Amino acid sequence: MTASDTSVASWKDDIFNVLKQGNIRQVTYVPDAGHAHVINKAHADPDMNATVLTTEEEGVAVNTGAWLGGERSVLLMQSSGVGNCINMFSLLQSCRIPFLTLVTMRGEYAEFNPWQTPMSKATESCLTMMGFRVFRVTEPEEVAEVMSAALDTAFEAGEQVAVLISQRLIGRKKWTKD
Amino acid sequence: MNATTSSKASINRREFVTNLVQACPDALIVSGLGSSTYDLFAAGDRPNNFYLWGAMGGAAGIGLGLALAQPHKSVVVLTGDGEQLMGLGLLATIGTKRPKNLTIVILDNGHFGETGMQPSHSSLGTDLVAVAKACSIAHSQQITGMEQLLDVGAAITQATQTSLFQVLVKADEVPRALPTRDGVHIKNRFRGLLGLTPL
Repeated sequence: MTASDTSVASWKDDIFNVLKQGNIRQVTYVPDAGHAHVINKAHADPDMNATVLTTEEEGVAVNTGAWLGGERSVLLMQSSGVGNCINMFSLLQSCRIPFLTLVTMRGEYAEFNPWQTPMSKATESCLTMMGFRVFRVTEPEEVAEVMSAALDTAFEAGEQVAVLISQRLIGRKKWTKD
Repeated sequence: MNATTSSKASINRREFVTNLVQACPDALIVSGLGSSTYDLFAAGDRPNNFYLWGAMGGAAGIGLGLALAQPHKSVVVLTGDGEQLMGLGLLATIGTKRPKNLTIVILDNGHFGETGMQPSHSSLGTDLVAVAKACSIAHSQQITGMEQLLDVGAAITQATQTSLFQVLVKADEVPRALPTRDGVHIKNRFRGLLGLTPL
């Protein structure tokens, strides 16, 4: 833990709390700075299994297995990862698997790295084309409510749901250590 | 060292899978796209079977999520060399969790059987057992004869560590045996076996 971890933005706690209260038992992820707090909390929680992936599409499969076995799960990734998942998303439609993913956006707001831009522009369209319901959060105070709605949409209505976390909410990437 | 050579492969895949299912009748089995799904269905249709008709490269991932969710059930991933090669990173992911109740059985004919028997990487240099061991799936073993089936069955039913078996099967054509292609039906039947509602 570094000193900066003691001042975690409250919306990151809101995300974890909604997942915890929503009985999410498996957390699969490809790391992103915007997800780091939730990843750490998931690893520390005895009621959660947190699994690091080599590529995001693995999470689509692992989370499907979790649902087959009776557990709710979430896939954490950044926008570039959505492109890695596209064909594997077919599994969710073919078997009608309730599914929740949280996507931290890169390449859309005060972005430094132009290589993030193409997938950023295609992220929402890719999800929609593959049958997802897409929510977006930009303001810190809306995170808890939208997350809660997304979780119910996935696991009560049985949809495939993505919550895009705006780059504006995450903030500018810091290229130097504090 | 090539893992697979046609001269070493003597196992009839249908015979192997039929005997494997008999050796672990209570196991939950996820079968990979293609011949593995046909082999599992040919051994007898059961709610314990989750047949994949797509999601190539995902079978081992489904097995991992299922094994973590059902730690007291034996979970088997039954797949082919081509399907596993597409999800090779999953061996590294499984290696980070190593659920004791997960066994991966790769029916390796060294070829892509669905698409015209083109040689796969396991014929061309990749050693799947070595890859699995390098991903910290320590109990990884090549199976070259039917007499070793008991080892596979024991690993599944005893569930003391994550295991991977590369079964060298003959690269001959077998009659197709096609289970239902309705994924929603397969899912609901499987969940029903575990006492879970459809949604």
